[in-house]
Amino acid sequence: MTYRDDIRFILNGREVSARDVGASRTLLDFLRLERRLTGTKEGCAEGDCGACTVLVGRLTEAGLIYAPVNACIRFLASVDGCHVVTVEHVSGPEGALHPVQQAMIDFHGSQCGFCTPGFVMSLYALWMQTPEPTEAQVETALQGNLCRCTGYAPIIRAAVAVSRYGTPAADHLTAEREAMTARLRALRDGRRVVTGPDDNLAILPADVDDLAQCLVETPGATIVAGATDVGLWVTKFLRPIGPAIFTGHLEALKTVAREADHLLIGAGASYTDCQSLLSQHLPHLAPYWDRIAGWQVRNMGTVGGNIANGSPIGDTPPVLIALGAEITLRHGSERRTLPLERFFLDYGKQDRAAGEFVESIRIPLPGASDRNAAYKISKRRDEDISTVAAGLSVTVERGRITRARLAFGGMAATPKRAAQAEAALIGQPWAHATFEAAAEALAEDFSPLSDWRGSAGYRMLSAQNLLRRFFLEQDADTTAPAQLATA
Amino acid sequence: MKDTLTITGAAHSDHNHDSAVKHVTGRANYTDDIAMPEGTLHAYLGVSHVAHATLHGLDLSEVLAVPGVVGVLTAADVPGVNDISPTGRNDEPVFPTDRIQFHGQPLFAVVAETRDIARRAAERACIDCTPLPHALDPVAAQEAGYPHVTAPLKLERGDLDAGLAAAKNRIKGRITVGGQDHMYLEGHIAFAIPGEDDDVIVHCSTQHPSEAQHMVAHVLGVPSNAVVVNVRRMGGGFGGKESQMNLFAAVAAMAAKKWGQAVKIRPDRDQDMTATGKRHDFVIDYEVGFDDTGRIEAVGGTFAARCGFSSDLSGPVTDRALFHADNAYFYPNVRLTSRPMKTNTVSNTAFRGFGGPQGVVAAERMIEEIAYATGQDPLDVRKANFYGNEGRDLTPYHQQVEDNILDRLVSELEESADYRARRTEILAYNAGSPVLKKGIALTPVKFGISFTATWYNQAGALVHVYNDGSIHLNHGGTEMGQGLNTKVAQVVAEAFQVDFERIKITKTTTEKVPNTSATAASSGTDLNGMAALNAVEQIKARLVEFACDRWAVPPGAVRFEANRVLIGDEVLSFDAFIRQAYLARVQLSAAGFYKTPKIHWDRDKGQGRPFYYYAYGAACSEVTIDTLTGEYRVERTDILHDVGRSLNPALDKGQVEGAFIQGMGWLTTEELWWDDAGRLRTHAPSTYKIPLASDRPRVFNVNLADWSENRELTIKRSKAVGEPPFMLGISVFEALSMAVASVADYRECPRLDAPATPERVLMAVDRLRRGAA
Ligand SMILES: Cc1cc2nc3c(=O)[nH]c(=O)nc-3n(C[C@@H](O)[C@@H](O)[C@H](O)COP(=O)(O)OP(=O)(O)OC[C@H]3O[C@@H](n4cnc5c(N)ncnc54)[C@H](O)[C@@H]3O)c2cc1C
Ligand code: FES
Ligand code: FES
Repeated sequence: MTYRDDIRFILNGREVSARDVGASRTLLDFLRLERRLTGTKEGCAEGDCGACTVLVGRLTEAGLIYAPVNACIRFLASVDGCHVVTVEHVSGPEGALHPVQQAMIDFHGSQCGFCTPGFVMSLYALWMQTPEPTEAQVETALQGNLCRCTGYAPIIRAAVAVSRYGTPAADHLTAEREAMTARLRALRDGRRVVTGPDDNLAILPADVDDLAQCLVETPGATIVAGATDVGLWVTKFLRPIGPAIFTGHLEALKTVAREADHLLIGAGASYTDCQSLLSQHLPHLAPYWDRIAGWQVRNMGTVGGNIANGSPIGDTPPVLIALGAEITLRHGSERRTLPLERFFLDYGKQDRAAGEFVESIRIPLPGASDRNAAYKISKRRDEDISTVAAGLSVTVERGRITRARLAFGGMAATPKRAAQAEAALIGQPWAHATFEAAAEALAEDFSPLSDWRGSAGYRMLSAQNLLRRFFLEQDADTTAPAQLATA
Repeated sequence: MKDTLTITGAAHSDHNHDSAVKHVTGRANYTDDIAMPEGTLHAYLGVSHVAHATLHGLDLSEVLAVPGVVGVLTAADVPGVNDISPTGRNDEPVFPTDRIQFHGQPLFAVVAETRDIARRAAERACIDCTPLPHALDPVAAQEAGYPHVTAPLKLERGDLDAGLAAAKNRIKGRITVGGQDHMYLEGHIAFAIPGEDDDVIVHCSTQHPSEAQHMVAHVLGVPSNAVVVNVRRMGGGFGGKESQMNLFAAVAAMAAKKWGQAVKIRPDRDQDMTATGKRHDFVIDYEVGFDDTGRIEAVGGTFAARCGFSSDLSGPVTDRALFHADNAYFYPNVRLTSRPMKTNTVSNTAFRGFGGPQGVVAAERMIEEIAYATGQDPLDVRKANFYGNEGRDLTPYHQQVEDNILDRLVSELEESADYRARRTEILAYNAGSPVLKKGIALTPVKFGISFTATWYNQAGALVHVYNDGSIHLNHGGTEMGQGLNTKVAQVVAEAFQVDFERIKITKTTTEKVPNTSATAASSGTDLNGMAALNAVEQIKARLVEFACDRWAVPPGAVRFEANRVLIGDEVLSFDAFIRQAYLARVQLSAAGFYKTPKIHWDRDKGQGRPFYYYAYGAACSEVTIDTLTGEYRVERTDILHDVGRSLNPALDKGQVEGAFIQGMGWLTTEELWWDDAGRLRTHAPSTYKIPLASDRPRVFNVNLADWSENRELTIKRSKAVGEPPFMLGISVFEALSMAVASVADYRECPRLDAPATPERVLMAVDRLRRGAA
C-alpha cells in the first residue's frame, strides 16, 4: 500500500496541498505565519478565548457541515479533506459585508476589535444553523468567545438581529455547497496519510481497521482525536507528540445510535455529535452538556478523548459512570468491554494497554424507577472546568431506594463512586433524612484537594449539598426550586 | 462633493468606531499583523521558578546550543541603564543581577530564528540561586517587616479620634479585595526595527508611547530622539499596557540593535499573565463611627496593598484608593492611610480605576455595616451620607465637591429600576424560598477626573489640511478600543464642519507628538480632544484671516458650514476654499496643545484640588444565589451614568456596559490564586475566569444621564467615561451580600471578601447559618 504524504484541504476558495506537516503544527500558525491570513487572532492558544475561531466544513453522513473550531489547538494535519473558512472569506466576493458583519457594525459590537473576527465566525456559524436565534441560543453559541471590552450586550443585540440583514440561503457558502461537496469528495482517496519529519510524524489512518493496524504498528503513538487536550500539551507545555495517529477524520468512529436498551457512542463522536441523541434519551444530560467547554471545543472534543485522557475533572466520566456505562477497547481485531469506573486505575493511570484504543461507549438507558441527575459546579458558569461534578442515579421502588450509583469528579485522583454514600442510601426510604445521612457518609468517601478551583472544604460541602439538591429536586413534595434555572 | 446640510460624525452623534469595518473583516492590523522584514528574529523571556532568591548566575549554554538560537540577552548586555521603573525610582531592572524577586520574573531573553525555537530554548536555562523566604500578600509582608515600595499617603480632615469617641456607634472590620488581571485579548507585543546610527523604531501595543520611547532610550543609553515608538491600535489595554510594555519594548530594541535585525517579542498568555502586573489587591482595615440614623461621624482606614517587588505605579494607585475611599459620602472626621507593601509577586500596575475601585468597595462596605447595624435599607444609609451643601462638601483631601448630581441621578434610577417595590418583593421571596435567595443593591459612584500627577494633564495634537481638502489628524492618545480616535476626529469634523470621512486617523507616533501622557485616567478625550481642537482653531484663525483679506469681509462674515465655507454672500466648497488658501500661502498645519486648568495637589499636606471635575453614576443590580452551592446569577441591572454632554452616546454607552461587566467580573469570578511557592496558578483564561456573554445580567438597562452637562469647560462639555462605570459592578457585589445576609435574617453583615466566588458565597452562607443557629 502506498501512503499519501501531503495534507489536502480547501482554504477559503483555494485547494491546499501541504507537505511535511509535522504532527504538532497548528492550523493557526499555518494561517498566520505561512499564509499571512492575519484576521484570525491568537488570544490564548488554549482554546478558551475564541479569537482564533475559524469554520471547518467536513463531509458527514448528513452532508457538508460547517462548525466553528479553535484554530489554535487544531492541528493542521487534522483538516485533511476539510474546507477551512477564515474571516477573510466571510464577506461577499465583491467585498460586500456579510449580514453578521454589518449587524456587528450597526450595533457597535466591536471596541478594540481583537476578539471580533472570532465572534464574527461563531455568529456566522450560528446564523447558518439557526438564522433567528434566541438570546439563550446566542449565549450558548458564544460560550467559547471572550470579549474584554464590550460586556457582550451589543454583540448579543447584533446576533439576534442578523436575520434582518440577510438569510443563509443567499450566503456564498450555501450557494457553493454542492460544488464544495464535490471538491471535498475529490480530495478523498481512501489512503493512509503519513507526513511530517521522523520525530514529529503525523499519521491519518485510512479507516477504523487501519487505525487498529496503525496502533499495532506504532503502539507508542499519541492518539489525537479532537485535540482539545492534546492541543494544549503542544501549545502550553511544549510536549512532543510525534508520532501521532489522528482519528478526527474517521466518520465511522463518530457514529451515535440507540440500540435496544442502550445508547452506543463511537469514541470519536464529538460532544456536538452526541448532543441530540443524549438530550432525547437522557434529558437530564442536556443542560449539563451545554456546560462542557464552549461551542468550538464541543465541536472538536470527543467523549472518547474525555474518558481516555483519564482526568479526575473530566465532565463525562462521573455522569456516565452513574448511568452504568461500559467502554469497549480494541487492540488489532480484539475487543474487550469493561465498566467505565474500572478504566480509571489511579491518577494519570488508565486500564489501556499500548496499542489499544477506545472504540465505543455503551450507555444503558434508565428504567422507569430510576432517578438521574447531572450536576456541575464551577467558578464561572460556562466554559469552565468543574470544581465538582456529580452523576447521581438511584432506583426507587415502593418508596425505598434499591440501587444507587453516585459518581463524582473533582473529589479524588480519578472520577470515583461514593461507596459509603451509596451504602447510606441503599435499602433506605426516599426521605430527607436518608440524604442527610448520605451527605454525612460522603465525608468518608473523599478527601478532596485544595486548589485554585476550590478549597477542600468547599468541594466537600458543595458535593454534600448536591446530594441534598438531588433529593429536593426529585422529591414530589418539594416545590421550591433547588437550583438556578438553566437558560 | 456631497452637498448636504449636515456633516457625518458631528460632535454628539452616534458615529461608528472608525475601525469597525476593519474589525469585522479581520483587516484591522495589530502589532503582530505587521508584515515582518526578511530575517526578523524572535525573542522570548526566560523566567525564574522561585519567588525570592539570591541569584548567583545563569548558565545559558544549553539555551545557546539549541539550533536556530542566535543569542541571549542578560543584564550584562544592557548598553544603557538596567532599569525600566516608570517613576524613576530605579527599582525595576530589565533583568535582575543579584536577586530574584518573584516567581516568573524575567531573567534573560533568548533570540532565535523563530518564536517557537526561542520559546523552547528559554526553558533550558540553568539558574543558580539560593532561595530566600518570601512574602506574597500585604499581611504577610507587614509581618515579615517588608518595606513600602513608595512613600505612603495620609489624608486627614477633622479629628478622627475625637469623632470616633463621640460617635454613638462604632464598627471595626477588615475586607480583603482581590486583584485583577487585565486579560486584554491581545497580549503584550513589541516589534523593533533597527535604523542608522542609534536609531530604532518600535511598534508595540502600549498606552504610553512616550514612556516606552524614553525607557528604550534609557536602556539603550541613547537620547530619546533616536527612538520612535508607534502604535496604531491595541487589542485592549485597561491600564495593563501603561507601563508594562516597557520591558518588551526594551528587550526588542536591545536585540534589534545588537543583531542589526528586526526583532519581535510576544510572550504567550501564561507569561503575559505571570510576568506583567495587575490590579492591586488590598487588605483594608476600617473603623466607622455613626449615629443611630446611620449618619457617618468618623472614618479611619488603613489600605495595605500588594504592590509586588517594585513601585511601578503603586504610588499613584494607592493614592487613588484613598481619594476614593469616600466614594460619594461625606466623612466629617477622617484619617486614611495607605500602605504600599512590597511583596514577592509581580509588580502591580494600573488597571481601569487605578486603585479607586478598591477605595469605593471599602466605602460601600462601611455603608453595609451601618445598614445591618441599624436595620435599614442600605440605600437609605447611602443617601443620608451623600455629599451635600453647608459644610458637607469637603473631601478627605480638602477638595470641595461642587458638581454633585447624585441626589437627582440616584432618585431617577431608584424610580426607573423600581428599587423599593422590588426590594420588598425580594424580602418576601426570600422568606418563602429555602434554597434560592435574592438580593438587590443600588450603589453610586463619584469618580475624580484628572491625573493626580498634575504634569500629566497636558496633551498635544498635530493637524494637517492638505491642499485637496483632506485632513490628517494625529494626537498623543492611543486607541485601545475606547473609540478615542473616533471622538477626537468628531471634534475635528465638527470644528471644520466637514464630514468625518475626510479625516484620516493615523497611528500614534512619538515622531509627530512628543512628550505625551499615558492614555489613561479616562483622560484621553478630555486632553487630546482639546489639543486637537486647539490645532484646528489655529488653522481656522488663519483661514478666517485669509478670507477677510481676500473677500474684504469682517471675521463675522466667514462661516464654516457642512463641507463648505460661507464668506459674505460667497459659498465655496471646503476643498475649493482650501485650495485658494494654499495658493495664497496660508499655513495649513498646526500643532495643538492643552493643559487642564484649575488643578493642583500638595501630596505632603494631603490637600489640594487634584480633580478638575467628577463623573457620577449609579447601578441597581439584582441577583439570585443558590445556598447549596454558592452559584449565582445576575438577574437584572439598571444603570444611569453621567458622561456630561456625550460626544458620542453610542460609544459612551459601550464603555459603560463594558466597564460594568469588567467590574462585575473583578468582584465575582476573577480570582488570582497563588500557591505556597508563590506561583500564580490562575494565569490564562482556562483558569482565570472573566465574564462570558452568559454572565451578563439577564435584563440589562443602560442609560446615560442625558441632562447632565459638565460645569467645567471640557471638550464640548462632555465627561470622561473610561473608568467611572467600572465601579458600577460593585452593585452586584452588594446584592450578593444581601442575598447571603438573608440566611441570618439580615441581622449580620456577611462581610464577603472579594472576589465573591461561588465558594466565598457558600462559605459565607454556611458561616452565617451556623452563627444564626
Ligand atoms: C477550552 C476548553 C474547555 C474545556 N472544557 C471542558 C469541560 O468543561 N469539561 C470537560 O470535561 N472537559 C473540558 N475540556 C477538555 C475536553 O475538551 C477534553 O477532555 C476532550 O473531551 C478530549 O477529547 P479530544 O477528542 O479533544 O481528545 P484529545 O485531546 O485528542 O485526546 C485526549 C486524550 O485521549 C486520548 N485519546 C483520544 N481518543 C482516544 C481513543 N479513541 N482511544 C484511546 N485514547 C484516546 C489521547 O491520546 C489523549 O491522551 C476543555 C478543553 C478546552 C480546550
Ligand atoms: S487563541 Fe484563544 S481560543 Fe484559540
Ligand atoms: S472588542 Fe476588545 S476584546 Fe472584544
